Amino acid sequence: MADLDAVRADGLVKDFGDFRAVDEIDLHVRQGEIFGVLGPNGAGKTTTLRMLATLLPIDGGHAEIFGVDVRREPHRIRQLVGVTGQYASVDEDLTARENLRLFARLQGLTSARAKAIAGDLLERFGLQEAADRPLSQFSGGMRRRLDLASSLITRPPLIFLDEPTTGLDPRTRGQMWDTIRELVTDGSTILLTTQYLDEADQLADRVAVIDRGRKVAEDTPDALKTQVGDSTLQLGLADGSDLALAADIVRRLLAEDPVLTPESGRVNIPLPDPNRAADVLIGLREAGIGISSVSVAKPTLDEVFLTLTGHGADEPRTGESQAGEPWMEAAR
Amino acid sequence: MTTSATTPMPPTTPTPPAPGASRRVDPSAAVARTTSHSSFQETLVQTLAMAWRALKKMRRKPEQFFDVLIQPLLFTAMFAFIFGGAISGSVSDYLPVLIPGILAQTALTVCMATGVQLREDMDKGVFDRFKSLPIARIAPLAGPMIADLIRYGIASVLTLVTGLVIGYRPGGGVLGCVGGIVLTVIAGWSLAWIFTWLGTMARSAQSVQGISMMIMFPLTFLSNAFVPAETLPGWLEAFVKVNPVSHVVSAVRDLLNDGAVTAEVGWAVIGCAVVVAIFAPLAVRSYSRKM
Repeated sequence: MADLDAVRADGLVKDFGDFRAVDEIDLHVRQGEIFGVLGPNGAGKTTTLRMLATLLPIDGGHAEIFGVDVRREPHRIRQLVGVTGQYASVDEDLTARENLRLFARLQGLTSARAKAIAGDLLERFGLQEAADRPLSQFSGGMRRRLDLASSLITRPPLIFLDEPTTGLDPRTRGQMWDTIRELVTDGSTILLTTQYLDEADQLADRVAVIDRGRKVAEDTPDALKTQVGDSTLQLGLADGSDLALAADIVRRLLAEDPVLTPESGRVNIPLPDPNRAADVLIGLREAGIGISSVSVAKPTLDEVFLTLTGHGADEPRTGESQAGEPWMEAAR
Repeated sequence: MTTSATTPMPPTTPTPPAPGASRRVDPSAAVARTTSHSSFQETLVQTLAMAWRALKKMRRKPEQFFDVLIQPLLFTAMFAFIFGGAISGSVSDYLPVLIPGILAQTALTVCMATGVQLREDMDKGVFDRFKSLPIARIAPLAGPMIADLIRYGIASVLTLVTGLVIGYRPGGGVLGCVGGIVLTVIAGWSLAWIFTWLGTMARSAQSVQGISMMIMFPLTFLSNAFVPAETLPGWLEAFVKVNPVSHVVSAVRDLLNDGAVTAEVGWAVIGCAVVVAIFAPLAVRSYSRKM
């Protein structure tokens, strides 16, 4: 049991009419890890998750969760997996407390235990103040927290989080990350989807990059970033005429070719090692070149995609003219 | 905050829910605990939990009782005064024919609302969670229908009361009236499975409404609800006689007007049972497929 994968999916396929949303994706998630599925909107992340959660029929391939066949035993799978969706799947017409009590009762807890666990989760997720208020007064972050709390009632060993922090402000996002880490400390395994490399980097032990329904890479976040390349040092020069001189200094110091934007006097310098940023700055000062702005940019998801797939993350998929995510329509 | 006194938890356990919140989740134990389907008792508890949800929603949105309140008042009075003279010679002579008919019509209208509301409900995010939980697939369908029993009850009683106010004096007495209302509620609940099935099939709440109208109007007007079947052309009379609504109307008439449990009552109950036996499995199947 201990060496059994939490998720073992081979060759997963999902078709919506002529459109292949998921094209032979393999996912092997080990017990106790946070596994990230990274990809742009419409890559097939949500569809993959929904198939594994028995919310969509699997059209091809094979999937097991803790050794239980997803297609053959959906009822068992539903007892093992807690699902937190991209859109909070809680009842808008009930209060937070009523939601939790309902979900607890539905999962066979006695009325008294349902009440107790609802109180406990509300406290743990900082919702006790708002517990008896209508959900219409809840912020996006509160809804997400309630949604996550709803998935934890029976302490499932595997938790699916579909874009858990999309649309949250940075502070709430940080809190959500902490909560997710706690879950793993408790022994749960987490499969999460995200559009943000940063999030995958912060949370995931391993990451699969999905593009147009296919898995294009799978590795640790660090390895992925190395593969993609470096941070960029972005400089704005006080005097645009210094541009050529600055470029020479950079070439001499780093042996890298900077990208120049003469119109705005900007220099973008690839930075294999962030420590070298200081060398460049010192070199420029010694040459008497004034700087109006400085920033260091980390590789973005877009750059990951460019490197891995040869096209940008937000470039529409060929043959997909409908706005948004067509499979979400079909899934509902 | 709301540690109610009814909670039978011993006060010595401050964190009762998770059996030791610090204890680690054990996947192998979790797998061993799983069951392949919900037992009958679990299904019942789940259905009641869903009914509880529906009741909470009703309490918060009283406007959904509009049809249940208005239709009995309006239709009973309107039909009595418009058709009374033409069909039975006088309003008071028509009431024993009309009231059971209106009862059936009202029940069907409420059924329709059941289907439409289910469809609306299913489009909400929370149904994703219901589908992802290990619950019997029938529970999200049957739960709201149990809560709707209240709506059938209100509609039937109001219809009868309106009739009484206009001058209806049921010959079946109190027992007959109670019997008639109970049968109406049973019939409404059974026929609602047809509309629930439609609700799981249709693309939108509007289309459920549209299709339901097309089913409801022929079922009520091509029955003996408002006119005696004998006055109709032969082919129509033949349809009216097999229409289950006709049997329910006749049975309710027997109960209300004569206080008699006749064969019609038996046929009505059997008809209802057949409808449930056919449409409940269809609805559950179509709902599970939609996942």
